[in-house]
Amino acid sequence: MKYMLKRRLIPKLQMKQSRFSAEHMVLVTTVQFNKVIEVGDPVSQAKIYQAQAADELIFLDLDATPQSRKPLTHIIRKAAEEIFMPMTIGGGVQSVQDFRLLLENGADKVAINTAAVYTPELITAASERFGAQCVVVSIDVRRNEVGKHRVWTHCGKQPTNLDPVEWAQQAEERGAGELLVTSIDRDGTRQGLDIELIARIVESVSVPVIAAGGCGVALDFVDGFLKGKADAVAAGTFFCFQDQNPMQTRAHIANAGIPIRLHT
Amino acid sequence: MITVHLVDTGVNNLLSICNALEMAGARLEICRHPEDLRNADRIVLPGVGAYRDCIHGLVHGGFVPILNELVLSNNIPILGICVGMQMMARRSYEGGEYEGLGWFDADVVKIQPSDPHLRIPQIGWNTTTFREGEPLAQGLPADPDFYYVHSYYLRCDNPNDIAATCQYGGIITASIRKNNIVATQFHPEKSQDFGLRVLENFLSWQP
Repeated sequence: MKYMLKRRLIPKLQMKQSRFSAEHMVLVTTVQFNKVIEVGDPVSQAKIYQAQAADELIFLDLDATPQSRKPLTHIIRKAAEEIFMPMTIGGGVQSVQDFRLLLENGADKVAINTAAVYTPELITAASERFGAQCVVVSIDVRRNEVGKHRVWTHCGKQPTNLDPVEWAQQAEERGAGELLVTSIDRDGTRQGLDIELIARIVESVSVPVIAAGGCGVALDFVDGFLKGKADAVAAGTFFCFQDQNPMQTRAHIANAGIPIRLHT
Repeated sequence: MITVHLVDTGVNNLLSICNALEMAGARLEICRHPEDLRNADRIVLPGVGAYRDCIHGLVHGGFVPILNELVLSNNIPILGICVGMQMMARRSYEGGEYEGLGWFDADVVKIQPSDPHLRIPQIGWNTTTFREGEPLAQGLPADPDFYYVHSYYLRCDNPNDIAATCQYGGIITASIRKNNIVATQFHPEKSQDFGLRVLENFLSWQP
């Protein structure tokens, strides 16, 4: 079990413009993509996660698409000076040029969500230009009134008729190198991942899947890996609001027999 | 302070590798033209993304003759990273067939894991086993984890060239070394403390 690719534990840093200064980005948590709580500074927190040996980081700018603003480069550039692990950034990415700008400023991967739905040819264009390994298609999912999973865009504000499994397959075909699947219903609720959603997507694609939305206890990560078969689990609220850091969570995951990096 | 000459063909983003080499204690010379390499006494050859773009960057930028001269004739130590390592092979089959630098008797071929559940690309941290006494592994614990992102790997004709391996539904070449040439498939600049240690080891390596 030791000699194999490890499952990944990924703190997710969600950012919004500060209520006090539009130029300043603050780290926030959300509940079902609403109820925003400011919790700190994204780059400082990223450094803490580096010290705690997180496997990767995901930075998401929650305001960019709703405000039709370009993605921010200064946060990732600052983080890249001191953080030596893979970093994904998303929020407001609409073009190959946006990809280029973020990659030049220190991102290793770029997440696209709304733009991928409305201009899916961007997935292919970015994948051909920069390689599939840096194209992460982020899929936000909510259950409708009859319990069916549907894809939402614009940071959970706009519904679509897309079935997330079909969309995931299409994203892979178009050149996505990885999928970030988030349950809006579970986001920030600490009720556990939507395992059914994750498992359905993992079974239907061959690219790595990052599961997100709902982790409240370490066992939720274990479920994501064992039942959901996710390659990675990402969490925001989980690491922000309790006495749990990636090192402790890692020990729980290892004890469940899941291959994860221990010696760092 | 040790100076590293970094090959910059304009194809790759070098920010992360620059930051990591500086953190490891290097002074950097970014070489956008072949002649910038002239006084190099230590070279890093990075590479991410498509093989074709990377090798075209080297060939069309005119870097190949001077790299051959410095590395093969003058024995200047060089570290290749990811596609930078793959370009040291004689050819790659990624997206066609492309000739490489030919410093190693090796081909770059797609990973074909025996276990169909293993995903391509390999993305993430994998246990890496170095041969006894490898200079890049000095001061590292046994079997450290490093960060990989790749769909193709270097298949060496000569097992003596293989300095480290990892398992991904078969044995994958993780590092190669021959004379003054060393290279890693994994990304030391993304592998936290162990990665920085690998870069420090390269800086102090006397082949």
